[in-house]
Amino acid sequence: MLQKLYDWIDERVDITPIWRDIADHEVPEHVNPAHHFSAFVYCFGGLTFFVVVIQILSGMFLTMYYVHDIENAWRSVYYLQIDVAHGQIVRGMHHWGASVVIVMLFLHTLRVFFQGAYKKPRELNWMVGVLLFFTILGLGFTGYLLPWDNKAYFATQVGLEIAEQVPLIGPEIKTLLAGDPDIVGAQTLSRFFAIHVFFLPGALFALMAIHFILIRRQGISGPL
Amino acid sequence: MSGDKQQVSRRQFLNYTLTGVGGFMAAGIMVPMLRMAVDPVLKTSGHGDFANVNLAVDDITKDPQRVEWEIEQVDGWYKSNVKKAAWVYKNDEGDIIALSPICKHLGCVVTWEGSDQHPNEFFCPCHDGRYYKSGVNVEGTPPTAPLDMYEKKVENGMLYLGEVKPHKEA
Ligand code: HEM
Ligand code: FES
Repeated sequence: MLQKLYDWIDERVDITPIWRDIADHEVPEHVNPAHHFSAFVYCFGGLTFFVVVIQILSGMFLTMYYVHDIENAWRSVYYLQIDVAHGQIVRGMHHWGASVVIVMLFLHTLRVFFQGAYKKPRELNWMVGVLLFFTILGLGFTGYLLPWDNKAYFATQVGLEIAEQVPLIGPEIKTLLAGDPDIVGAQTLSRFFAIHVFFLPGALFALMAIHFILIRRQGISGPL
Repeated sequence: MSGDKQQVSRRQFLNYTLTGVGGFMAAGIMVPMLRMAVDPVLKTSGHGDFANVNLAVDDITKDPQRVEWEIEQVDGWYKSNVKKAAWVYKNDEGDIIALSPICKHLGCVVTWEGSDQHPNEFFCPCHDGRYYKSGVNVEGTPPTAPLDMYEKKVENGMLYLGEVKPHKEA
């Protein structure tokens, strides 16, 4: 049945070469933990991607209940966690995943750094990686405000004051982020929500696409 | 491969285990999210409260009159007071009838004698929908069913209304 469906599509649009390009390639021996156990360090990039997928999926489902309004944000999070079946699990996935994604990203970066995998010709992909790192830190920072509880509020207060320390344009950066020079309030929450679910995920997808295309072009770096 | 038994090749074995483990993980991720998404469909609603609509039974006449009252509505995390309305009268047998004003065509609001051309009827201005006094829809006008009826009870001479139910003659 599935085979027939596949054949039907393949006959018309010839998809086999496309998925061959994407999925059908050999894993070099030095990257395969079955040959050298220490090769597990190569898994961290893939694990980062895996957790990002979980963040995106759980985030999409949280958005079905969450509202980015200061009167209702906390209540909507409380409601989805207490009254919605499995809501606690989905919020838990997003909450803990946000930390795990940064840990995985860090381990992946350490592997690339200590193996010198960033050297020529892969400098560009290191730079893309750095942008990915900031994008994901940004997602963590903006997401943290969304539950609109005390922890969220004061953490953001501090984060905004850190941004204000930037020389010369500090106050402008803070106002741009918070939506108001003095208040951390309605406009801040709305902006952080927009940044968290539209702007940064958009940047994340674009950067991940470049990251992976570059990896396929250049291949994985050789054994040490 | 030896013997006449069909052997599972190494490749097949790995394919099966990987598909199994992968499927298990994917299900573990997707099930909570999907369950969360469909929760509104599966939740049992706790309605059934009657509200005093501030109308004494003695004041109910044979002419339909519009009553309005407020109920506390719980909408997820949001509590608010919403207005409800009904058309209330006594029919010829002396029974109290409380009709929902929501038109059974596309949900506009009907009014008793809302059109000068159609006395003694409920009228919906949206698409000229009409109902007899009993709430039964006039054949040939847009509505496809009679107006819903409120559940009702009388306590201490006052009228209490509950949920809307389909009209008896629907
Ligand atoms: C790498 C990607 C992401 C990271 C690191 C991340 C991080 C976070 C963090 C730290 C929180 C606060 C959670 C808490 O304290 O319980 C949060 C909340 C939230 N995130 Fe994300 N997020 C990511 C992607 C997404 C995406 C793609 C969406 C939507 C399309 C999304 C939607 C939400 C929503 C609606 C909330 C508020 C609900 C809540 O606080 O439980 N997130 N995020
Ligand atoms: S909504 Fe009442 S007639 Fe169409």
